[in-house]
Amino acid sequence: MTTIPDHPPLLAVEHLSMRFGGLVAVNDVSFSARDREITAIIGPNGAGKTTVFNCLTGFYTPSVGRLTVTHSGGHWLLERMEAHRIARSARVARTFQNVRLFGGMSVLENLIVAQHTKLMRASGFTLAGLLGLPVYRRAERAAVDLARYWLDRVGLVDLADWQAGNLPYGAQRRLEIARAMCSEPRLLCLDEPAAGLNPRESAELSQLLTFIRDRHRIGVLLIEHDMSVVMTISDHLVVLDYGRKISEGPPALVRRDPAVIRAYLGEDEDGDGDGNRREGSGGW
Amino acid sequence: MDYFLQQLINGVTLGAIYGLVAIGYTMVYGIIGMINFAHGEIYMIGAFIAVISFLALGMLGITWVPLAVVMVLLLTMLFTAVYGWTVERLAYRPLRGSFRLAPLISAIGMSIFLQNYVQLVQGARVKPLPPVMSDVIVLLERGDGFRVSVSELQLLILALTVVLMIAFTRLIARTPLGRAQRACEQDMKMASLLGIDVDRTISLTFVMGAALAGVAGVMVTMYYGVIDFYIGFLAGIKAFTAAVLGGIGSLPGAMLGGLLIGLIEAFWSAYFSVEYKDVAVFGILVLVLIFRPTGLLGRPELEKV
Amino acid sequence: MDRAAARRGPPVDGRAALKDGALAGGVALALTLPLVGLRTVEVQSRLAIEFHLAEVAVTGLLVFLGRLGLSLAAGGLPGPVLAAALAAAAAGWLLPFPTETLRVLALAGAAVVAARALWALHNGRDRLSRQDRDRRMDRLGARLQDASRLLGPAAAAMAVALPFLPFADRAVLDLGILLLTYIMLGWGLNIVVGLAGLLDLGYVAFYAVGAYSYALLAQTFGFSFWLCLPLAGLLASCAGLVLGFPVLRLRGDYFAIVTLGFGEIVRIILLNWADVTGGPNGIAGIPRPSFFGIADFTAAPEPGRLAFHQLFGLDYTPLHRIIFLYYLILGLALLVNLFTLRIRRLPLGRAWEALREDDIACTALGINRTTIKLAAFAIAAMFGGIAGSFFATRQGFISPESFSFIESALILAIVVLGGMGSQMGVVIAALLVIGLPEVFRDLAQYRMLTFGAGMVLIMLWRPRGLLAHREPTILLHPRKSASRRQAEAAEGR
Repeated sequence: MTTIPDHPPLLAVEHLSMRFGGLVAVNDVSFSARDREITAIIGPNGAGKTTVFNCLTGFYTPSVGRLTVTHSGGHWLLERMEAHRIARSARVARTFQNVRLFGGMSVLENLIVAQHTKLMRASGFTLAGLLGLPVYRRAERAAVDLARYWLDRVGLVDLADWQAGNLPYGAQRRLEIARAMCSEPRLLCLDEPAAGLNPRESAELSQLLTFIRDRHRIGVLLIEHDMSVVMTISDHLVVLDYGRKISEGPPALVRRDPAVIRAYLGEDEDGDGDGNRREGSGGW
Repeated sequence: MDYFLQQLINGVTLGAIYGLVAIGYTMVYGIIGMINFAHGEIYMIGAFIAVISFLALGMLGITWVPLAVVMVLLLTMLFTAVYGWTVERLAYRPLRGSFRLAPLISAIGMSIFLQNYVQLVQGARVKPLPPVMSDVIVLLERGDGFRVSVSELQLLILALTVVLMIAFTRLIARTPLGRAQRACEQDMKMASLLGIDVDRTISLTFVMGAALAGVAGVMVTMYYGVIDFYIGFLAGIKAFTAAVLGGIGSLPGAMLGGLLIGLIEAFWSAYFSVEYKDVAVFGILVLVLIFRPTGLLGRPELEKV
Repeated sequence: MDRAAARRGPPVDGRAALKDGALAGGVALALTLPLVGLRTVEVQSRLAIEFHLAEVAVTGLLVFLGRLGLSLAAGGLPGPVLAAALAAAAAGWLLPFPTETLRVLALAGAAVVAARALWALHNGRDRLSRQDRDRRMDRLGARLQDASRLLGPAAAAMAVALPFLPFADRAVLDLGILLLTYIMLGWGLNIVVGLAGLLDLGYVAFYAVGAYSYALLAQTFGFSFWLCLPLAGLLASCAGLVLGFPVLRLRGDYFAIVTLGFGEIVRIILLNWADVTGGPNGIAGIPRPSFFGIADFTAAPEPGRLAFHQLFGLDYTPLHRIIFLYYLILGLALLVNLFTLRIRRLPLGRAWEALREDDIACTALGINRTTIKLAAFAIAAMFGGIAGSFFATRQGFISPESFSFIESALILAIVVLGGMGSQMGVVIAALLVIGLPEVFRDLAQYRMLTFGAGMVLIMLWRPRGLLAHREPTILLHPRKSASRRQAEAAEGR
């Protein structure tokens, strides 16, 4: 993927730190994610990855740092914005580690709710809708079309009228991504989208994400542990450990970075060359 | 100045009573995150049992005040503990996995049920009790005859509250039950995985809270001399306000909140208007929840996303 | 193990059942001894104790037997338990009991145990998990929901026709008006609790604001009912905004308590601000509605005014005004219903339901939670205020007594019992909660008691309400109802 260096990145994270009382969860992390690229944040558990996400999407207020989103729609500083404004104005969408669907509503309804803002405007803030004016009905039909498009992409068209809470796990994850895409974002943030998926589902996920990057030309930021997905599709990697960034770059370089290897596999502390941190811990 | 002093004494006494009830709210909220709406009715039941116990003891000829008071306290604590246990077992435990509002609605139903149950069996009229302890210690005497005094009863209430507070703080900090309770507050799943009997711990929390509410019921019966089946509702909201003001989940917070609410109520009635004293307390509740929902001594909670 | 033995299950654990029963009985004794066994009575203006220890003993015994019966019925002896329960019922009918209440409890308990035994006989030892039970009830709810597409309009048609039916006398019409008032309040509260999932314990405050606004506007300015009604609704709506704005950020249970506090504050102010609200005496002499401003409902109209009966060439009867009021509240209630049905298909209504399902996900989709919560609150407040105006004009007199917490609890119970979000459910629940006690007037003293117990039982049995099944508001593949298709899919067709 050729990057245009003088073009500001879609997302620029500068000196982000997050403190909870005495605990520093994220410590001076800076990285960027570019448009039309898949950027993956990886790192051992507890490294602060979801905390970064929560800062980006407005669920936490960062202790320190600047978070800038730039695209054709404008330029936003996320660190002081409310979560819903980040989603609506800066067009940053996200999925959650524990899938958060509207379980009691149908699959289709989930996707319609995602288009709330534009439908609200079309309904004249409800007034036009209450009066049954055609402008709203047209907007709703367009929303259903967009929903159908994404249901097609994730293979859920036949289940469109099912209750979302009754879907099998893999389908729920796909629905969450489809829902995020229905909000027409410019930056899609996915928190462990491959968690709990079997190899076939992971491959389909990889296909879906590359499709989103190439056809819809937005930036994708994901947190993931599944290396088969990460290494296959990422254009750019950011590695965190204990709240700090320890490496950043294209996958080929990062996977060979000794700091990264140390973080994942551990220091060879007992010096016996078997790759285990301590003596005789069984090995794998 | 003297008037102020008297109101101060009255307010602190009232505050001690609220504090005892508030502890029940705060302990239950701390461990299972629900507002025990029926807790006020437990307090009311405690008051009724106190009246009945005093009458029964009188009939049995036990009239020596210290013995009677001790016996009434023990009896009330016993019976309110059983009520507290039963309410949790019947109305809350089966709903533990259910959606968030279910236990609260069940609690409201339980509260209405208990109120009307007492009303039906004991009658809707107020229940007066002749004063059990009426000796008064005069602190100051003004020229016009106004006296600042503290009654023996007030001293008893304060002393009892202090003792119970110390006992409970010790219990929470030092005993296995207290540790189990704190563990459950932090992470219930983990606690159960480590072998803590979560059900029993929760039950005991309810039982302890109920017993304290029972003590408060005895105190209020002796202090005001007249009770009715409706006192639980009002006292419940005020005690809950106290728990929130002090910081929900914090035991010293509940006591502090209780004291503040008692003082606010006493001073508002004395210096502004008696009719609107409850409005003042509710207003405090609203203000605290808006501006400082964690209360004075509470820990800030982060929403887990 | 062969299937028959599997159905029988492990051997009956009589000892455990006895222990459970004894524990339950013992607890019952401890609970009832102080309050039921020792009752305070007034003897010459002092209190004395009356002993009712027989009742305590009987209660303990009944609880022991009941618990034992349930354990054994579920635990492998359904046949004997059924026989014993029927025998107990017979004994309950024939034997003397200390009080009638205990007799009723005994019979009810025997019925419950018998039902459990019958169920066990029918299904063997399989205890249906909560999930299975929920799924069965859900399918029933789905079928009822399908049926309600016909039932709804049918019920509405019956309601319209009611005043002309032969048995519709004053009492029936009054009951109808009472029911429709609560149904309207239930539909109004449903917007906040059922759709948006916000537990509001102080809804009666808006009812009160509407009623008092109407009364004051009518008396001070002499506005007609038709002007006061929307004005009162508007004022209630403003109250909703004012009360809602500071507290809508609060989490579920805190929000509930604060709304309760607001309800109480409003009541206390109404009680004490005597200059404006008349204090505990309330406001009397509230003007009655006219027939759209054209004619009055009196036997002798004032000079220059027409009377309704004159306008239509009928004989005067006070029923005319009652029938008019009936159609008025029916129209208002249907207005709320229509609004709800429409709003669920609009982005605002969908956002409300999404908020109820998962408010964090809503935020992540760009929905401003506070704004839509405020909208729900204000709109529900408006409808509550309109209902309040109606109440004021119907009674002619209002006082703070009518606006206590119990009213809020009643309306909440109607919404919760019926099934959050279900319009039909609210109607059925109102019929049960308000209608039944009116019909069984003699048992009035037990009304609140059963009401409280009922709320607890509903939460234990069907926390989502009786008719909690939800149909999607928009289908990608219409024709078959979604529930039917889902049920078919679940059965593998």
